[in-house]
Amino acid sequence: MTVQDLDPSAAAGAVVDDVLADLDGSHRGVVVDSPPGAGKSTLVVRAAGHLAAAGERLMIVAQTNEQVDDLIERIAAEHPALTVGRLSAAGYLPPDRVLACPSVKVAQKADDLADRAVVIATAAKWATLSDGSWPWAIVDEAYQMRSDMLLRIAGRFERALFVGDPGQLDPFSSVEVERWAGLTWDPMRSAVAVLLAHNPELPVHRLPVSWRLPASAAPVVSRAFYPFTGFRSGTGPGDRRLEYGAGGMGTSYDHALDEAARSGWALYELPARHALRTDAEAVQATAALAVRVLQRGPVAHSERGSQPVRADRIAIGAAHRDQVAAIRAALGPHGTGITVDTANRLQGREYDVTVVLHPLSGRRDATAFHLESGRLCVLTSRHRHACLVVARAGIPELLDAHPSAEPVRLGVPVRFPDGWEANQAILAHLAQHRVAAHA
Amino acid sequence: MSALAALARLEAVDARRAVPIATVRHCHLADAPLVLIPLRLAGEAAAPLAVMLGTDRADPTLLAVPQPRNRDLRFAFAAELAKVVLEHVEASRGAAEELPPAKDGTERVRYTEAPQVIVPNTGGVAFLRLLGRSTRFRSTEGPHAVEPSVPALGRWATWFAERHDRPGSSLLLAATEALRLHWATGQSALEDGNLAALLGWIDPPDGLDGPAAAARAEDPVRCPPAGPATDPTFDNEVLAPAVAAYDATDGDPRAEERVRAALAGQLTPTWDLVWHAMDLLRALPEGASVPRRWERDRDAFTLFHQTFAEGVPQARRDTAVAAARRLHALERAQDAYDAQRAFDDPLVMAEHRLNGQAFGGVVTEADPTRLDESGKRPKLRPRVRVATEDPVRLDAGTAVCSAERPALKGRIVEYGTGGVLVELTGGLGRKLVPEPGTVPAPGDRVCFTSLTDASFGPARFPEREDTPWTHGGPPAEYVPSDADAAEEWS
Repeated sequence: MTVQDLDPSAAAGAVVDDVLADLDGSHRGVVVDSPPGAGKSTLVVRAAGHLAAAGERLMIVAQTNEQVDDLIERIAAEHPALTVGRLSAAGYLPPDRVLACPSVKVAQKADDLADRAVVIATAAKWATLSDGSWPWAIVDEAYQMRSDMLLRIAGRFERALFVGDPGQLDPFSSVEVERWAGLTWDPMRSAVAVLLAHNPELPVHRLPVSWRLPASAAPVVSRAFYPFTGFRSGTGPGDRRLEYGAGGMGTSYDHALDEAARSGWALYELPARHALRTDAEAVQATAALAVRVLQRGPVAHSERGSQPVRADRIAIGAAHRDQVAAIRAALGPHGTGITVDTANRLQGREYDVTVVLHPLSGRRDATAFHLESGRLCVLTSRHRHACLVVARAGIPELLDAHPSAEPVRLGVPVRFPDGWEANQAILAHLAQHRVAAHA
Repeated sequence: MSALAALARLEAVDARRAVPIATVRHCHLADAPLVLIPLRLAGEAAAPLAVMLGTDRADPTLLAVPQPRNRDLRFAFAAELAKVVLEHVEASRGAAEELPPAKDGTERVRYTEAPQVIVPNTGGVAFLRLLGRSTRFRSTEGPHAVEPSVPALGRWATWFAERHDRPGSSLLLAATEALRLHWATGQSALEDGNLAALLGWIDPPDGLDGPAAAARAEDPVRCPPAGPATDPTFDNEVLAPAVAAYDATDGDPRAEERVRAALAGQLTPTWDLVWHAMDLLRALPEGASVPRRWERDRDAFTLFHQTFAEGVPQARRDTAVAAARRLHALERAQDAYDAQRAFDDPLVMAEHRLNGQAFGGVVTEADPTRLDESGKRPKLRPRVRVATEDPVRLDAGTAVCSAERPALKGRIVEYGTGGVLVELTGGLGRKLVPEPGTVPAPGDRVCFTSLTDASFGPARFPEREDTPWTHGGPPAEYVPSDADAAEEWS
């Protein structure tokens, strides 16, 4: 019997067992690739407990303070007996959820946490240390970390577990980085890419099941962004349902909402037009759709039972910060509590319903930034129930007019699918769920 | 392209003339920069054909390779070029000024001046980079020995090209880039790469407007390309027969003169254009932060110059540690440069105000002596409210500083219909009452921004010999060998 034939829990459990077995082996590093919502954090928490139980002192590296605090909360809940140290910068104020954990101690100097079994900090904080060494490290969101950051912290650990999602956004820089293209230690590549380029013998595991994405989304996201490795949803076609308490008024917003509830996807299409980045109509439509979802009293039925979808379970994603600011302003008092953020900052987060302003909507050109497959992947894989995409018509034509023209460089692994291909795949799917905006 | 840059381009199209996008000059211009216009042989990556260079507009020096495929002639050319460039480096370093000793007690000096090189376009920068790459590893003894000045030229050319990568550095300027920093034209960025067309938009000759002058620049007879690539018709009809005649006559001086005259005709128009570009830039007042950035350039020059004798050629490729260090330095320089330009220039700041990363307006309320007594000791925390019509996109708690006086720091308390309430936290003096004039008074025009040029302490990197296992471990040491000298030149 192969892994594919197992039921989702058993398949995922088998992979986790393999990972834990590799931690007990002699490898210097272990890599785990995780598609969206595949239980990455759960794995980190389990591995932390596993290593701590073996008596190893452990350091954990996350990328942002919020990720660190999330991990602390979960580790403290799973392993209350484990002593946890939270290494932080001077300006950091621990949130209540961290202060509420009795086993956690917060300090700015590593020496003050010498007695802790597990020490957690952001990569930037770890990079300020010039000595000290831990036998084991867990690097979370390792594909978001630039390899130059790994270079700065790698002296702190002997062996490490790297966990992350290869389909998310690549690291970026504000300066010219061509100079290093093709080098195995290119500082712009992700930590995992550089690690594996120098240590090709390290075991790489893949979590096979997305517990977040519904059956309507997992195959679409898997085909578009993970065509070679693939994953499936942990739930079946009928397991998740979205219902509205209030009937619609028959507007095109309501049609889009109904389509999203029925199929898990909706493309709310505005007439074709070239627009500024903060396209007023598209911003208005994005905000209005999110508010309308809230107004119609949605209830989510899933394996976790039936729960009303409140503002904190709805997110709006966009490509640029000025778009985010414009959408926030357009939300008004009815949208209070709805999360609005850029793709970068939505990474690793989960909601019931998401509304996405398509990165290519209204654009005249398709730049590498807007084509990046990771950006679209993050935006279309945050939801447990439904994803509504707002876009102006004409994106397929725009893509056809802008084939990928990035120079091919020696020694740089070819990325496939590229953003162009991934965008086409998602658009082809969304075209089946198109609702035209009222004129 | 930002909305403001797009608007400037539209205005330029409408006015048929370039539109200024800066009120001050954001690059340093030395009194006597070395203007250097390289040409390379068509079809070769970096085979030098000719260079016109000099610090005196009326007296350019022309160096040419009469048969660019002859390796010996190329090295003879490199030696001649090295002489001029190295003389320029030595002539423009000024005196060594003593600085206060560093924290660890080591003596510090800085030359009062530094050499500046100006090339017509980014292609010129790329050519210098390749020229540096092809000459810096040459050996001065053994097989294929060259003049000692040739590898020295290679190291200097590489150094200049690498400084060019650094945002805000003025040691090596490309005229097109420097102009584009200060004017927007009605043509595409690609077309702006043509110096003649760009200057046509900015300062069209009498009787012409921008588009007409730019169209005229497309005629390779009237405006030969600014290099390093030459016009193919010139190559076929003029250069090739002249080089063939040189070969046929076995290097006859008259045949050599024919090649030189042909090349001079190609280079002289660009020579005049580069000096014209500098006239236009010089007419702008210098930005307030430009001397500070030039000081960093002089620091870098001093370090390179003083360690030149014991140094080795720059590595072919950055090691893992060197790459990470350089990227970090470049990113820091970029942030500081962006902020400094905005502080210096209200037109640049306007872009950030439009983005919501800055806001300007009139102070409506001020509480200059407000104390925050929540902590153990009272702290001086004056508050000012700024009425603004800008689309502010800064959250409460964001640290901001004043564009007029970046030392004045604060943070956003709230943003509402009455304007933005800013709590000032720094730049007020050491006492519990602010120094006179530090807190803006009602009626003052102010501008606050979240941009900052504050340099955090440099990041910590492992030493090269401590390169971790994740990055392949420590790299091998560089050992010069005869293989370096046998390397092909393009």
